[in-house]
Amino acid sequence: MNAIKNWVTRGGYASFVILALILLVAFPLLMDIFRLNLVGKYLTYGFVAIGLVMLWGYGGVLSLGQGVFFGLGGYAMAMFLKLEASDPESTAIQSTPGIPDFMDWNQLTELPMWWLPFKSLPLTLIAVIAVPTLLAFIISYAMFKRRVGGVYFAIITQAVALILTVLIIGQQGFTGGVNGMTDLKTLMGWDIRDDSSKYILYFVNVGLLLDAILLCRWIQLSKLGTLLLAMRDKEDRVRFSGYDVSMFKVFAFCLAAALSAVGGAMFTLQVGFMSPSFVGIVPSIEMVIFAAIGGRMSLVGAVYGTLLVNFGKTYFSESFPDLWLFLMSALFIGVVMGFPNGLAGLYESHIKPRLMRRKPDAPEAAPAASTELHSSVATSPTAPADIGLSGKVSSQSA
Amino acid sequence: MTFDEIYNITLMQGFAGLSLFAVLLLMGLGLAIIFGQMGVINMAHGEFMTIGAYTIFLFSSLTESLAPGLIQVYFPVAIVCAFLIAFTFGWLAEWALIRHLYRRPLDTLLATWGLSLGMQQLFRSTFGPKEVSPTLPDWLMGSWAPTEGLDIPINGMFVLGLTIFVTGCVLLALYKSRWGLRVRATVANRTMANATGINTTRTDRLTFAIGCGVAGVAGAAFTTIGSTGPTSGSLYIVDAFLVVTFGGAASLWGTVVSAFGIAQTQSISEFFLSGSNAKVLTLLMIVTILMLRPQGLFAAKVRR
Repeated sequence: MNAIKNWVTRGGYASFVILALILLVAFPLLMDIFRLNLVGKYLTYGFVAIGLVMLWGYGGVLSLGQGVFFGLGGYAMAMFLKLEASDPESTAIQSTPGIPDFMDWNQLTELPMWWLPFKSLPLTLIAVIAVPTLLAFIISYAMFKRRVGGVYFAIITQAVALILTVLIIGQQGFTGGVNGMTDLKTLMGWDIRDDSSKYILYFVNVGLLLDAILLCRWIQLSKLGTLLLAMRDKEDRVRFSGYDVSMFKVFAFCLAAALSAVGGAMFTLQVGFMSPSFVGIVPSIEMVIFAAIGGRMSLVGAVYGTLLVNFGKTYFSESFPDLWLFLMSALFIGVVMGFPNGLAGLYESHIKPRLMRRKPDAPEAAPAASTELHSSVATSPTAPADIGLSGKVSSQSA
Repeated sequence: MTFDEIYNITLMQGFAGLSLFAVLLLMGLGLAIIFGQMGVINMAHGEFMTIGAYTIFLFSSLTESLAPGLIQVYFPVAIVCAFLIAFTFGWLAEWALIRHLYRRPLDTLLATWGLSLGMQQLFRSTFGPKEVSPTLPDWLMGSWAPTEGLDIPINGMFVLGLTIFVTGCVLLALYKSRWGLRVRATVANRTMANATGINTTRTDRLTFAIGCGVAGVAGAAFTTIGSTGPTSGSLYIVDAFLVVTFGGAASLWGTVVSAFGIAQTQSISEFFLSGSNAKVLTLLMIVTILMLRPQGLFAAKVRR
């Protein structure tokens, strides 16, 4: 028991445990399956948001094209499901049975070569991660090796998002065009649309998300995380110390891409379709705002930010559609101008100090925690003291 | 196909490229001032263009209802007003938002994106969600046919002419005027410019506002080509950024050359491929070239 308590307080995993309890216990108990499925859909954006925390908050690289990787992961999954849904029996009315319906509508008579790997589930699962990561590697290697960064990188990633959207919409026969891939029914014969499978998919999704947070947290606490932070703040000094700065950035970008792709694949599974409207520039920038509102330095905060913005979006666009864009606009501007560290930053600077002060009845615990904190700060100066936000040390020196 | 027909098609195709060039250059010019000279990423640039377009629409409906006799002459006045209104909004935006964020370029990007969302909703609430087009004077309609089989649209020529005029004005202002001198001094070395008595804060505000004004003129010119909706601006923004980045951010000539290159590539490939494939090809070429030569075509020698 003590060991667990130690682990929770020392690594700053308390906020992680709270998040896990909310997602794994509170939401499934309090919500019906429709709402829970909606939360699951939001949480798939959470993968993108924590990827952005690593890339943008820690690496200092802003990408406006995360939708590309989300979309590629989602499309890879959708292609597998689509092939399974269009077996010769159920597509018998088509002029060419056995190919997806949109291909038939566009006068294709056989399956294109590059669709063939998606007939097998293992290959599909590999492709979900590998294709976006490879693309991310090519883009980022070319850019960062030439020391292109900051604004230019953001614009190029945006152009990539535009290219992919135009490509998907234009190549209707191969990709389903504007409508995307719809009517996805089963995964290896398992119906993904009924309630019980929605429950299962939700828990799989939450499990993956929590694992992803732990993975990112582990990276943050490792030497690599420290180097990422150092690079963000003083890139030249890290370079002069002998590190190959560009490869660290490439790693961060590939990590964020892979995480987004997992999110995309889970999105397809839970929502049952994939379309270009989740790929382009607008969704990509919206994903950045999820991370910004939750706090660009906080993994857990990013998940809360994603949930909050999406709940807000659903609520307002249902009840006051006119207000939503104004509110979104105010959120963007307010977060950037008022509290650049997002919700997690607010918690760290306003709520946490008060919570600490209100604990005079636990005199042993408080000093213990504080010495713990000091010692950890002393041994590794940039290691964040709390998963909720690494506010003290790493907050904006830029 | 006779030689004459091929000749005419080449001419018309060439002109299609030229009018795309005019459109891209007009879009890019304002951004070249704001992004290229000041380094501010203004994601709301497209919305400032939309302001210009709606100004024309407002003027045309006002003229139609109040003084129908003046319908032939309102257009030039409306363009000047489009500049002034976009200029004013730009001034306000700089004062309220941008000036706090000069040191954080990536945050400017997010804040101006937020601004663009707000402006889109404002347009939607004011003018309605439908696309509108102003009533154009007769002299902007139709096409010019110097010989049999050759058709050159007049609105295209008008936009081209306006582009040349605006580009000339911006180049003159930037390289021959007092303001241009201050802008260039501020870009080259802000601290030093401050020390020599240039009010850099004021210069920044004026520069931003002029860039927005030029965007307003661009939007006004586009009403002769297409209709305007609340989200029209977002269609232009990526193209505009690519034109400026591709040309080399701090060089106005680079913007001109890159707009020309992109427009010709796109219109020539549109002749052989489908529209979306041509677009993909053009964008891929731009991105590839930018990967190989990240500083753009014309790199300016600026101390960073």
